[in-house]
Amino acid sequence: MDPFLELVTKPDNVPIVAIVILLPFFTWLAFSQGRRNDLAGTPAEAGLNDKVYCWPYLCRNEFLCAIIIMLVLGIWSITIDAPLEEPSDPTKTPNPSKAPWYFLALQEMLVYFDPWIAGVVLPGLIIAGLIAIPYIDINPKGKGYYTLKERPFALITFCFGFFVLWIVLMVVGTFLRGPGWNFFAPWKEWDPHKVVPLTNVNLSYLFGIRNEQPAGIFGMCVVVGYFALGPIYYFLKRGTSKFLQELGLVRYIVVSFLFLTMMALPIKMILRWTLNIKYIWVSPWFNI
Amino acid sequence: MNERRNGLKEKITNNQIWQSMFRHGYEKTGRRYTLQVLQNVWLHLHPPRVTRHAINFRFTWCMGGITFLMFLVTAVTGVLLMFYYRPTAEYAFRDIQYLEFDIPFGMLLRNMHRWAAHGMVIAVMLHMFRVFLTGSYKKPREFNWGVGVILLLVTFFLSFTGYLLPWDQLAFWAVTVGTNMARATPVLGHEGPFAPQDIVTQANDVRFALLGGTIVGPSTLLRFYILHCVAVPLLASVLMALHFWRVRKDGGISGPL
Ligand code: HEM
Repeated sequence: MDPFLELVTKPDNVPIVAIVILLPFFTWLAFSQGRRNDLAGTPAEAGLNDKVYCWPYLCRNEFLCAIIIMLVLGIWSITIDAPLEEPSDPTKTPNPSKAPWYFLALQEMLVYFDPWIAGVVLPGLIIAGLIAIPYIDINPKGKGYYTLKERPFALITFCFGFFVLWIVLMVVGTFLRGPGWNFFAPWKEWDPHKVVPLTNVNLSYLFGIRNEQPAGIFGMCVVVGYFALGPIYYFLKRGTSKFLQELGLVRYIVVSFLFLTMMALPIKMILRWTLNIKYIWVSPWFNI
Repeated sequence: MNERRNGLKEKITNNQIWQSMFRHGYEKTGRRYTLQVLQNVWLHLHPPRVTRHAINFRFTWCMGGITFLMFLVTAVTGVLLMFYYRPTAEYAFRDIQYLEFDIPFGMLLRNMHRWAAHGMVIAVMLHMFRVFLTGSYKKPREFNWGVGVILLLVTFFLSFTGYLLPWDQLAFWAVTVGTNMARATPVLGHEGPFAPQDIVTQANDVRFALLGGTIVGPSTLLRFYILHCVAVPLLASVLMALHFWRVRKDGGISGPL
């Protein structure tokens, strides 16, 4: 069989294939309802506001859903066997070694950031950021119905993070990363001896800074400057922007910090692809 | 035909045994529908009535329910698997092989457990996506969204701890890669930034606590087994109880009004 096809049909990769199909479907379902609600002016859900008895109406739907899902699961379990490889052997490291599929976005981030960021700080901030969402999103509209135009910023940010930085990275990590975690296009054979020249340099080097200490200070300025963009914008705009006044300083700082952190990943990815940047900030204790 | 059916129904329900279990009658009235939910311990998670849009598949996608269903399937199949599985380096792999080849429906059992676990991860991500898109985390549901995020984490962790148990190459290296990141934890991991040298070492950092050793080994297997079969499912159950209770206390499924 074609090696790529083999990879895609590996039993443990079936869930990713399922997601790649289900997610566009549900996105379409949600967005089409959102569009319809936006066009109608009042959400369709508002017209269905009377009460119905849980028994039989809700329970009926639940049982129906349960039966269908159990059928799907049954067929899935009869047709596809769970994988079992050789007994574990600490001396035989497979190349590539991959984490379970739902962690592959994190493993993929390891290409761009050191483990303490990709494996610890970013996951921590994802969790903290998710929990913070209800407290930093002060937009009272769009509660309990699908809509697109009433909360554009929230939707775009969340969908970007979820689709691009979680799902796409997961798919890339699973299907396009081969030996040595090198990138392989689907039609390419996985060559364990592929040589990738390591030409990455640090940002300070690109600016002609060769000594350690000035390079460290330069890097710090870039990183701190990047995160300062948020507060600077706030103090420039707060006089005129009603939105910023309503949001308040504390919420704003949390939003801008989380947002800039999220965007740091694609920025670093693009810097890596275009300028071969390895680190932005190199210090004796950590590298970013 | 109808008469015979009614006669049969009468026979089944109109006796002391049946009525000791189900106290409500079968007339088609709101009172009976309410009692049916209130007097059943499994159904009484539901309120007697909900708004019409809340039972619409197109609104909730039923994803929270599917997540819960997948959890129940893994719980039932998981208990059955426990009869055949010993979490030691000598036996773990062989027990899985034995299960696959010699136990009637053993392979099916293992498949159902594994695919339901994967299904749960898919469903929980889609559930969260739906809750976000309908803005259902907004006041007064902020706290329940937070409970949900923890449940998401717990779901990943359930799946991850189970991944090790077959004790094959796939399991071993996936968990090795997954837990390797822990050594880079700032301050608490021996390779992390700001870890005090000679105080935080390979033999006492967070990764060691998770693995019970410096590499994935027999004590890791035991640790993950206990986490997977006892500790994390318990935590998940408690959090789910809280989650469902809060859905009701926050006014039921969110709606525009
Ligand atoms: C083990 C995981 C989970 C289970 C079993 C679960 C189950 C459920 C169920 C059955 C509902 C009722 C409505 C529906 O089906 O959509 C619900 C609602 C809700 N869930 Fe979850 N959930 C889980 C994880 C999450 C996560 C990860 C989040 C978000 C981060 C979340 C946030 C919510 C919120 C805010 C509601 C109320 C929705 C509304 O009122 O429209 N849950 N959950």
